[in-house]
Amino acid sequence: MKGYCRYFGREATAQPLGFMTHFSILSLARNALSRHSGWQPTWRDAVPKDGYDVIIIGGGGHGLATAYYLAAVHGITNVAVLEKGWIGGGNAGRNTTIIRSNYLLPGNAPFYEWSMKLWEGLEQELNYNAMVSQRGVLNLVHSDAQRDAAARRGNGMRLHGVDAELLDVDGVRKLAPFLDFDQARFPIMGGLHQPRGGTARHDAVVWGFARGASDRGVDIVQNCEVRGFLRDATGTVVGVETSRGLIRAGKVGMAVAGNSSRIAALADLRLPIESHVLQAFVSEGLKPVIPGVITFGAGHFYISQSDKGGLVFGGDIDGYNSYAQRGNLPVVEDVCEGGMAVMPMIGRVRLLRSWGGIMDMSMDGSPIIDRTPIDGLYLNAGWCYGGFKATPASGRCFAHLLATDRAHETAAAYRLDRFRTGHLIDEKGQGAQPNLH
Amino acid sequence: MRIDCPYCGERDAQEFVYRGDASLMRPESEDGMADYVYLRDNLAGPMTEHWYHAQGCRTWIAVTRDTTTHAMLGAIFARDGVR
Repeated sequence: MKGYCRYFGREATAQPLGFMTHFSILSLARNALSRHSGWQPTWRDAVPKDGYDVIIIGGGGHGLATAYYLAAVHGITNVAVLEKGWIGGGNAGRNTTIIRSNYLLPGNAPFYEWSMKLWEGLEQELNYNAMVSQRGVLNLVHSDAQRDAAARRGNGMRLHGVDAELLDVDGVRKLAPFLDFDQARFPIMGGLHQPRGGTARHDAVVWGFARGASDRGVDIVQNCEVRGFLRDATGTVVGVETSRGLIRAGKVGMAVAGNSSRIAALADLRLPIESHVLQAFVSEGLKPVIPGVITFGAGHFYISQSDKGGLVFGGDIDGYNSYAQRGNLPVVEDVCEGGMAVMPMIGRVRLLRSWGGIMDMSMDGSPIIDRTPIDGLYLNAGWCYGGFKATPASGRCFAHLLATDRAHETAAAYRLDRFRTGHLIDEKGQGAQPNLH
Repeated sequence: MRIDCPYCGERDAQEFVYRGDASLMRPESEDGMADYVYLRDNLAGPMTEHWYHAQGCRTWIAVTRDTTTHAMLGAIFARDGVR
């Protein structure tokens, strides 16, 4: 549909703010009468001004959500989002679209549950169809010990007010009868189910936030690479040097997960992060077969089916530092073996595409939303391979930090100095070895 | 990726276990220990890193690899010192 399409690279002429069409069944019908020739671009492709109150580096889901909430919640509208390529072209367009809040630890659970709640109201708030579909997330268990761990996690979730059900094997069979229950090596003994989990349409999330932000006056600037920071005599960051010139700013926020270390290095800052490549896959389109999100407990494999019919799945990161946005064949093989172990029915499905995205793997597997030691520079990073589900709360908390200089209560644990002070949030218990998180 | 192990020759990277940046130096005192454990340069471009040839000669090697292309730029025994 034309209304969902943006002409990248072409600058819009100066358009008045508030030009946004309200999407409704009436606007759809009205545009249908004119053969859908009347749809306008959903957001403004801006030319950068000389300065802003706040600059967000990174036009992905998190950066655009931050700009949206700065404008919508905090009334700060003199904001620019600077994107090196095109918006949503990085990890926002490379994830497996899963949303869930099945976290165990106190630092994580309230944040991800709040994100889940924001997802539940997002489409109404943005007046944009983000295709949020709460079709359930099911984590399979294959041993007594795993069942105990799932019960503990489920109890932890329920204590945080998150929905969780521990299913026995019959319960799993009702949800997903096609699984290989009696597999010799990893029989399925049950699962932990979060019914409110599910999927959302990744690029609709990007466009929805872009539209909401743009309509409130935020400048979205594409093809604008940040190449350095402007510092004053005290070292405070007062702007950025970009491929489109100098832009001054009251505050600068980084939301460039995958490349956080590279941008931080421009300010001589080292981060507790390694960049790793994560691959994802989609099959040819099939009729509906997989009802929700299903994860294999004995390997690392997760799968869901898109509304278009493709099976969307993935597994582990490749395990070595990479900025290449593509992975290697051993992990392709490993992921497909995981799939075959848990649902052999997919064996004859043809793979349509595979791709790689670069993950900010932090040293404890949890994100960072905090000020940096440099005045004027703020950090949103370290999302490992769980950033998509966090998009709304990440934006909301980062906007709160940028607007008030204080951490939002649900993100208070995501401090940059927690590695030095020992307050790690290590959900998987792996220690400072990022390729194991 | 294929790694040119100085003992075994060119082998599939799957035979190796990855450890990470080989340039990190354990500090003499407690000062700097947090930085040593947690902070990384996380280079984009050529980077020297430790790999362990678990399914081969079982030696630690130091591989120089371009993290933006995965191109292998050389490997030596770690004991010969990249540090």
